[in-house]
Amino acid sequence: MTTPTQLAATLLALALCAGSACAQTAPDMGKFLATGGVSQLEGGGGGGLTPWALITGYGTRDSYGGNAHATRVKTQDYALASYGVAVGLFDRVELSLAKQEFSGRLAPLNQLTLRQEIVGIKLKVAGDAVYEQDSALPQVAVGAMYKRDHAVGGLGALGVTSVRQLGAKRDRGTDYYVAATKILFAQSLLLNGTLRATKANQMGLLGFGGDKHDGYQVMPEISAAYLVNRKLVAGVEYRRKPRNLGVDNEKSYYDAFVAYFPTKHVSVTAAYVELGDITVFNTRRQHGLYLSLQAGF
Amino acid sequence: MKLKTLLASLALSMMAAAVMAQQAPTFSDDATYQGLGGKDGVARISQSFVAYVQKDPRIAEAFKDFDMAQLDARLQAFLCEYSGGPCKYTGQFKDKTMDGKGTVRDMTTVHADMKSTNLQFNAVTECLQQAMVDAGVAPAIQWKLIAKLAPLQRVIVTQ
Repeated sequence: MTTPTQLAATLLALALCAGSACAQTAPDMGKFLATGGVSQLEGGGGGGLTPWALITGYGTRDSYGGNAHATRVKTQDYALASYGVAVGLFDRVELSLAKQEFSGRLAPLNQLTLRQEIVGIKLKVAGDAVYEQDSALPQVAVGAMYKRDHAVGGLGALGVTSVRQLGAKRDRGTDYYVAATKILFAQSLLLNGTLRATKANQMGLLGFGGDKHDGYQVMPEISAAYLVNRKLVAGVEYRRKPRNLGVDNEKSYYDAFVAYFPTKHVSVTAAYVELGDITVFNTRRQHGLYLSLQAGF
Repeated sequence: MKLKTLLASLALSMMAAAVMAQQAPTFSDDATYQGLGGKDGVARISQSFVAYVQKDPRIAEAFKDFDMAQLDARLQAFLCEYSGGPCKYTGQFKDKTMDGKGTVRDMTTVHADMKSTNLQFNAVTECLQQAMVDAGVAPAIQWKLIAKLAPLQRVIVTQ
């Protein structure tokens, strides 16, 4: 049975070599600066917390683009790292692959590690956020994220090696979403609304579905950003989460971010994030610094 | 229906569509024009833009046979109108590549045979934005002009 990684690699190879995409052209790096968004926590193009309708990378509709990202979030008691790669094809299709590693920093959870892999796919279905400045219609994309957890580490003393032992129904699952992004150049604004159907607990790090609830629920995610100048964007995000687990009164994620794009090859995003309290074993609301680096073309 | 009549109606409706697709933008004030620096600012930006375009390997080739002085003059009128200034872009200039009779050249007809791509449209816009950055135009004003120009992609990009 193929792993998510093998599946993603196959899809990527197929997509790149379909039709005339294979062979000649080098990436054209033709999109405007910053219009691929940054890399969100689950690997795809968007804000920091939320996928947007923008297709990652700087390839125009005649080309392709790609990038790699590394992100680190540190709160009082936990750390979250995300690493991944993503590619945008013909400004129409986006494929992404990411790995998340969540670790505890405070005893008795200081050995805790939760890991998941995420394979993402996104398809732009309508509109153009950059060109359609004379229309009220946003750019719209639909997408899915297939997520799979690794074994739980660091809770061996409690005999816990799987998220299912923490109340989750499954250790793998898929999120489905629709995103609408509108860039209003006249007001220097970018707005995004995403609706995500999900069963994921803490994005999937604590499994999927739970003892309290086990069914898809639609969660709203909102981003609003100000285009300070060509190279600088500042904004806020909100992401609502389901509460499926008895052991976790899961809260919404919030952030305030600044993203800097010195060139089309690199971007840096820094944010203050609010992650809420994570599990009933630690009631302290977690907040801290988010730092992300994206490099690509 | 006679072929001639059919072709004539087709041509008329295409021209009408081109005109409709390219309605001049409306403004409630000339804040963007003033933000660009008025007449002098627009002239400075236009000249700077022309220099950037000729140096940009992505688009320099497309401007090879152009009378750049004429392009500069036309662009100033165009930018004046598209930023809410007191101008009306008529496109009525003579230049080497035309029949010299002062035919009206709107964005659609100028670009009709060029097979321009999004890459080229974006490159031209980036040159314009760099010229505005050099001229010290406030980012909010830069974005306002870009907001008026972006919809032209529909008629300029044909490839």
